[in-house]
Amino acid sequence: MITFTGVTKRYGDKVAVDNLDLTIRSGEAVMLVGPSGCGKTTTLKMINRLIEPTGGVIAIDGVDTATRDVTELRRSIGYVIQQVGLFPHLTVSDNVATVMKLVGWDRTRIRARVTELLELVGLPPAEFSHRLPGELSGGQQQRVGVARALAIDPLMLLMDEPFGAIDPITRDRLQDELLRLQRVVRKTIVFVTHDIDEAIKLGDRIALFSQNGRLAQFSTPAELLARPASKYVEEFLGGGRMVRRLSLVKLRDVPLANGDNGTADEVVPVDATLRDALDAVLRSRTGRVQVRDDEKVVGTVDADTIRRASQ
Amino acid sequence: MTNLAPLGRLRLVIVPVVVIASLVALYLYLQLTPGRVTDAYVLNSTYVRTRILQHIEITAISFGLAAVIGLPVGVLLSQSGRFVSLPVFAIANLGQAIPSIGILALGFTYIGLGVQGAIVALVIYALLPIMRNTVVGLQSVDPGVQEAARGMGMTPMQILFGVKLPLASPVIFAGLRVSLVLVIGTATLANFIGGGGLGDLIAASDFYHPRPILVGAVLVSSLALLADWGLGLVERSLTPRVEDIGRT
Repeated sequence: MITFTGVTKRYGDKVAVDNLDLTIRSGEAVMLVGPSGCGKTTTLKMINRLIEPTGGVIAIDGVDTATRDVTELRRSIGYVIQQVGLFPHLTVSDNVATVMKLVGWDRTRIRARVTELLELVGLPPAEFSHRLPGELSGGQQQRVGVARALAIDPLMLLMDEPFGAIDPITRDRLQDELLRLQRVVRKTIVFVTHDIDEAIKLGDRIALFSQNGRLAQFSTPAELLARPASKYVEEFLGGGRMVRRLSLVKLRDVPLANGDNGTADEVVPVDATLRDALDAVLRSRTGRVQVRDDEKVVGTVDADTIRRASQ
Repeated sequence: MTNLAPLGRLRLVIVPVVVIASLVALYLYLQLTPGRVTDAYVLNSTYVRTRILQHIEITAISFGLAAVIGLPVGVLLSQSGRFVSLPVFAIANLGQAIPSIGILALGFTYIGLGVQGAIVALVIYALLPIMRNTVVGLQSVDPGVQEAARGMGMTPMQILFGVKLPLASPVIFAGLRVSLVLVIGTATLANFIGGGGLGDLIAASDFYHPRPILVGAVLVSSLALLADWGLGLVERSLTPRVEDIGRT
């Protein structure tokens, strides 16, 4: 758990982060979102003390980070940045092994862990371990970056616009893989992005910053889209909020119309999202769709069900 | 770098071949053409061998001192602000801008006749390329790489020795090589303040009878080529192979 209590960062007269209170629970992925210069990256870098706060306390599991040895603190937190920052003179293996060597693991343990990590991020070790970073594509480099950050299995991962410099198609794939990875490793992730759709896709909760370094809203993506706290949040989210929100809600979690009166002519599984359900409703002739859990019919859904569930 | 790599490999062979060929040509020329009787005062094996050894000694000491001073100072300057590095480079540039003969004259004025004066002058002369390239090399290391290193908990020393110096080494070595060749050439001027070396051969003749000049010049350039070649070998064994530092 990471707690910010009254954290402020000033550069001269300019306030980058203004009296921030924020609690990030263990194992959740929190997205820091906002326009350029809103203090989101500053907030991230204060966690591993690449930037020291001007005031306030940042505590990890109750321990004030300012009291911890900075080297040991950083080694206990994975760090992924947009520029990736792989060491160009070292092979992929040696890059991933960097922190393991710093903390003095023996060679057998390092080799086993590097193999495990490269497989985890989808880079077959036999093919990639001896390559140099310059020989990899941008997407492959960032996979190595993620593997390197996970090296000694930190509880926490800080990601500073990790997919910001990657083409849209690869970015989408990397986002999916991060979600898959997160299901496997379950880290506390703090992720900076200016892309609200990326935040909605990846975040358990979203901390939306406004221009002046203040927290505008902190809530789940579904809540954010359904109930923006201010005009600013609404503008930042952009149009089509309710439609976008549909893909965040599962049929399982909404009240369905009872039974099937025989008019339903399409079927969706109960694990589908409201977006899939709406798609099926639009496809159907009768406007009613049967919802099934495996073979069992658990209810039906129509446009009205979806509208009511959205509000 | 990749484009120059084949050329680099070729140079490993070409340099010794060229040096040997020019030494053979020089020997044949001396054997086959008549010289003056007085040439024998300087063109005898004892005299020449002594001058070669002196030259190597002056060069090695000057270059060694310049490297020992220039590399650490360059490392420190690269971490310091402009308030420190600008004046230091102004002075170093001045050292480089004064004609080498002038620096030797200054060495003579303050240190006196002989080899010490020459060495002090040469060290001052050799410092700039080493220092400047060390600073430039270290400062041009990708900031993203440095930030990643800091973020993963490498100490400043680990970043310097494990990341920055290896990545800066091609630029640093370029500075060392420039400096070494410079010192070998300039060391011929040590003759004027009684420092010895191959400059003695060059000064011991006149324009109408250039045989000693020729011997001195060929030997100096052979030394310079061989030294540069040798440093190139050291560089190849120490420098990490990076496909493209800029792109990653």
